Amino acid sequence: MDFSFLNQPAFSGGGVYLDWVISGVKWTLLVSVLGWIIAFSMGSVLGVLRTSPVWWLRAPATVYVEIFRNIPLLVQMFIWYFVVPEIVPKFMGDWLKTKMPMPEFWNAVLCLGFYTASRVAEQVRSGIQSIPRGQTNAALAMGLTLPQAYRHVLLPMAYRIIIPPMTTEFLTIFKNSSVALTIGVLELTAQARQISEYTFRTFEIFIIATIIYALITLTVTFSMRWLEHRARVPGYIGGASGK
Amino acid sequence: MIEMKNVSKWYGSFQVLKNCSTRVKKGEVVVVCGPSGSGKSTLIKTVNALEPFQQGEITVEGISVGAPGTDLPKLRSRIGMVFQNFELFPHMKVVDNINLAQIKVLNRSSDEAHAKSMALLKRVGLEAHAQKHPGQLSGGQQQRVAIARGLAMDPIAMLFDEPTSALDPEMINEVLDVMTELAREGMTMMVVTHEMGFASRVAHRVIFMDQGEIVEDANKGDFFGKPRAERAQQFLSKILHH
Amino acid sequence: MFSDFDFEVIVSALPFLWEGMMFSLGLTLLAMLGGIFLGTLLALMRLSPFKILSYPAGAYVNLIRSIPLILVIFWFYFLIPIAVKNISGNPYAAGIGPFYSALIAFTMFEAAYYCEIIRAGIQSVPRGQVHAAYALGLNYRQATTLVILPQAFRNMIPILLTTSIILFQDTSLVYVVGLTDFMGAASKIARRDGRLVELYLFAALIYFIICFTASYFVKRLQARYNVGRN
Repeated sequence: MDFSFLNQPAFSGGGVYLDWVISGVKWTLLVSVLGWIIAFSMGSVLGVLRTSPVWWLRAPATVYVEIFRNIPLLVQMFIWYFVVPEIVPKFMGDWLKTKMPMPEFWNAVLCLGFYTASRVAEQVRSGIQSIPRGQTNAALAMGLTLPQAYRHVLLPMAYRIIIPPMTTEFLTIFKNSSVALTIGVLELTAQARQISEYTFRTFEIFIIATIIYALITLTVTFSMRWLEHRARVPGYIGGASGK
Repeated sequence: MIEMKNVSKWYGSFQVLKNCSTRVKKGEVVVVCGPSGSGKSTLIKTVNALEPFQQGEITVEGISVGAPGTDLPKLRSRIGMVFQNFELFPHMKVVDNINLAQIKVLNRSSDEAHAKSMALLKRVGLEAHAQKHPGQLSGGQQQRVAIARGLAMDPIAMLFDEPTSALDPEMINEVLDVMTELAREGMTMMVVTHEMGFASRVAHRVIFMDQGEIVEDANKGDFFGKPRAERAQQFLSKILHH
Repeated sequence: MFSDFDFEVIVSALPFLWEGMMFSLGLTLLAMLGGIFLGTLLALMRLSPFKILSYPAGAYVNLIRSIPLILVIFWFYFLIPIAVKNISGNPYAAGIGPFYSALIAFTMFEAAYYCEIIRAGIQSVPRGQVHAAYALGLNYRQATTLVILPQAFRNMIPILLTTSIILFQDTSLVYVVGLTDFMGAASKIARRDGRLVELYLFAALIYFIICFTASYFVKRLQARYNVGRN
């Protein structure tokens, strides 16, 4: 194995191939983190709505979740990038096609965010539903309104319970960020393939990319375990309270 | 103070409450008993609208529970409730469990709420545990905290839904003692329980339910002396000769 | 907007799209069977008391699960021709064709995910069942195949199927190596005819109908299971 190519001047951009790798990592992280912010906030709202006793709040959230999780991410990526600018009103489409800065990047962020929101929503919903009904009753019996019961009783517990599956969801969006290469975002996987095409050092550059993905996954996994430990409720052993 | 008139409730086609009527006067302690599945827990939960009902009327101090415009949070904040499984909020410290509704519902300042909570914890003998989480307490201690949580709202009445049936036997008395003291002080109470000892010592009236019906609604003396309904007699002999 | 939506394009593309769909479904089905088989072996290795089995299996599963599927596809498209040349000893050996390359990549990738499901399923079988099997005099292989795995799989079928629906969605990613699965077919027509709106929306609709229907049946199956267990 020979890694000296990393230090050779790159085909374009003025730097060396190592700069391409670093740039790839940067875009992978940017797409994942911004997408996650959308997914987490939208998914939380949708997940709460899915547990609402009011059907006209529940129904749209259910429709959203079913649509976004039953269409492959790649198809959604193409729809955001190629189809949306054509079917929105003309002035918006023109803006999307000609004036929008970094269209590949922002489309990838929105696509990953909206897609992952449907998965986050399901985690939030199941977290809330895993809390015994008696907790809601107790909160209501004290005179809290339903929104207050969510805010002070249900959500604080639900978010603690779903830390492990939410970690998985974050790692999923992080890995799925590579799908952004199909619309031209030069994230880590795209850079790895590009470098392999210019240098023929396929084995080496794939190893590097694999190690970087694995290291970030490990870091996230361990940080979340630490968070889970920090957020642990003393004396609480998961599942139902009481008996 | 609490009045129920012909309350009926269905789950689908199954009728869980059949024409239940009763009234609880101020300062009265009423025990509701009956075999499991008789609807007694459902009945008590209709009083603060945790269980909706389809027919009949319930009023608490003249305010209709089932009417569409009723401010339920306000109504519920005036009635304390204690649950079978305690239902303390596991992620909050004991004292914060008692503070929560005082601050969020009654808009008390946090100092005021805290002082009230500590006084109530002292009263149930748990002020030393204020900073712990519920999961670190025994069942009996958790239930005493739950009673303190209900009392913190200065309720006009307290509802108890099988407060001792999830407890180990040695912890039952510590909870019943707190409830007995509360009754002596004149608190209006509706208690669903199988503890007939408590009923005979503390209750003014006993309601016996079976299959969603109020079969017997009598003064304590009459109920334990000679219940009129045969089903109540059978139930009593089963419970007492155990 | 939709005023110039051209259904003709879709109708004339149907035979080609149908071929693509057969590719997608075939790849899904075979990768699912291969993945579950390999995943079961990996799970048994991970649960083995022998470190020489459990460590490599654990390392493989954790590594595969931490990298993107697209990178895995690139890896196998790079490695398979090299492996073929080495195994056959012929430096000019032709590859094994795009379908089988994709099949190997997906099987190896999905096996890691199936492994974790199957491992959880095996662990959910009460220890008492294992003890009872051994107490009857069964050996490891008998206890595993006759007592443990049948119970584990029964509990796991819904989640294995759900994972397979996601696998079906993931097969669209063979697009990155230019294969003509359903999405690849839609994409090729879309570009040839300049009809991206029609074909991508049609592809989305078809994927949605298939995945939604499949999820619905899995949900019903799960409900039946839950009733059976209570």
